[in-house]
Amino acid sequence: MGGLSLGRLAFLSLVVAIFAFVIAPLLTIVWVSFFSEKILAFPPTGYTVTWYARASEMADFYNGFVMSLKVGVCATLASLAIGVPAALAIERFPFPGRETIRQVLLSPMYVPAIVAGAAVYIYFIELEILTTFQLAATFSGLVIAHTLVALPWTLRLVCASLVSANTVSEEAARSLGANALQTFFYVTLPIIRPGMIAAAMFSFIASFSDLEKSLFLVGPGKTTLPIAILNYLEWSLDPTIAAVATVQILIIGTALIVSDRFVKLGKVF
Amino acid sequence: MAGVTLNNIRKTYGTLPAVDDVSLDIRDGELLALLGPSGCGKTTTLRMIAGFVAPTSGTVKFGERDVTRLPVHKRNVGMVFQGYALFPHLTVAKNVEFGLRVRGWDKPKIAARVIEMLRWVQMESMAERSPRALSGGQQQRVALARAMANHPDVLLLDEPFSALDAKLRTQMRTEIRELQRQAGITSVFVTHDQEEAMAIADRIGVMSHGKLEQLGSAEDLYKRPVSRFVAGFIGKCNFIEGRVTGPGRFEATNGSMLQFTGAHAGGAAALCFRPEHAVLTQSGTPGNSMPVTVKAVTYLGPVTEYDLVSEAGDRLLVSASSSGEGAPKEGDKLSVDWRIGDAFVVD
Repeated sequence: MGGLSLGRLAFLSLVVAIFAFVIAPLLTIVWVSFFSEKILAFPPTGYTVTWYARASEMADFYNGFVMSLKVGVCATLASLAIGVPAALAIERFPFPGRETIRQVLLSPMYVPAIVAGAAVYIYFIELEILTTFQLAATFSGLVIAHTLVALPWTLRLVCASLVSANTVSEEAARSLGANALQTFFYVTLPIIRPGMIAAAMFSFIASFSDLEKSLFLVGPGKTTLPIAILNYLEWSLDPTIAAVATVQILIIGTALIVSDRFVKLGKVF
Repeated sequence: MAGVTLNNIRKTYGTLPAVDDVSLDIRDGELLALLGPSGCGKTTTLRMIAGFVAPTSGTVKFGERDVTRLPVHKRNVGMVFQGYALFPHLTVAKNVEFGLRVRGWDKPKIAARVIEMLRWVQMESMAERSPRALSGGQQQRVALARAMANHPDVLLLDEPFSALDAKLRTQMRTEIRELQRQAGITSVFVTHDQEEAMAIADRIGVMSHGKLEQLGSAEDLYKRPVSRFVAGFIGKCNFIEGRVTGPGRFEATNGSMLQFTGAHAGGAAALCFRPEHAVLTQSGTPGNSMPVTVKAVTYLGPVTEYDLVSEAGDRLLVSASSSGEGAPKEGDKLSVDWRIGDAFVVD
């Protein structure tokens, strides 16, 4: 065994530097959330967990957190209800225009979220003027917008698992006497279940962390957590915000790790 | 049990015929091979028997039952797929019971049948394994047990041995043939490997460009091929270009007059003989020989193959038992001789 060559050493340093660049801000936030001073200062004079207690006592954060959870779960379920049948149709039935449908369903991923958010808001208002049916600033309106955020992720992940689960298993089921419904529930669904779980996790993350699309759509006293964080940041900067962010990082990180156990994420992107 | 009858079935994609007017009578209990190069329509034909592809015209019958418009799951076929297509999320036993469960058999009957089937293919000790934990040969046995569990009318096998290595392939085909005979089930298998088809099929249907070129036993196809395609596809064959001038009389392009057995309407044709039915001599007799130059000598152990070229430019092949002394060498000018009874003519 020889020592590290110079080239290899340089390569390793670069890898470490890139990781540090990605992870350092996150670690800093976690670190800051334990500082004891109210005004951020380096180095800290002491450490405390009181910011976590304070954050959970603040109604805006607590309500925002609950709201984000509720919207996230509803949007995830809705995106599965739309995305799984859509993915099946696109991958299993060669009808004309399926590529167009795929691109339309994926498009929320390409349109800048702030533009899409404004568009959805204007659409809701116009709809209300026409029908007096209110969606802007309601829970349903928010769920609809977040379903748009989540849908491309669901479609992508479910399509990917349908492609890797080749149709021959389904043909085998048909040849053994299974009708279309039995084939779907006994063969297709179990095979794509890991993809669906990953899709649900990703949809939830996308919804839970969305800021821009929600900005125009939340009603007074009904904000989501990212908006509650933004509102708070406008007036104050203390470790409370770091504590809230740390909780958010933990939730998203857990969802990512769970997804990766079901579908190797590297295979999808 | 029943035979399978295909009446003038045709499948076109756009204007392109994938299967062109194929009629076929598969006898009760017979193992029939559909043989041909890729794209010849053999797989489409199999999929029309299975019900995955609807024929553009023509009918498919299982015995007296017309199944042409019946969807796959109502046909009662058993199918072994290329790569087996075992359900990856189910155990071996659950794979075998799948067809019985979706057909609503009651539980004790299912359990008994699954054990019976696994015993039949000698896989009962692996019942609780996942398909992923099985070797290729074992997966194939499970696929066969699964396909046969519901007493299908017809067993269909799509390139069943292509995923196995050469040695296992020979072993598995003998095994499958044995199991098929025991069950006495009418079977169709698709392959592009002529040796495989000849080894286990009762009859072989040779397909090319969507048409059934010839149907017969391995011996029929080898000894009496009806077309140049069949002659060249089943075993090796020599072709001397020319035309038929009268009964049993053939004029080669170089002008030499040759003789053959069998009938031919006349006109442009090729005279054929098999490499092992010919010998190399110093000078041949007119009517059943051709002067050639040795181009290459390939020693294959028990036999040696001689690549030859005639004056007219026909490439010929002779295989002979390897002998030591005095064997022909590259560049030798010799004569290929064959018996008139071994020479036949194709278009």
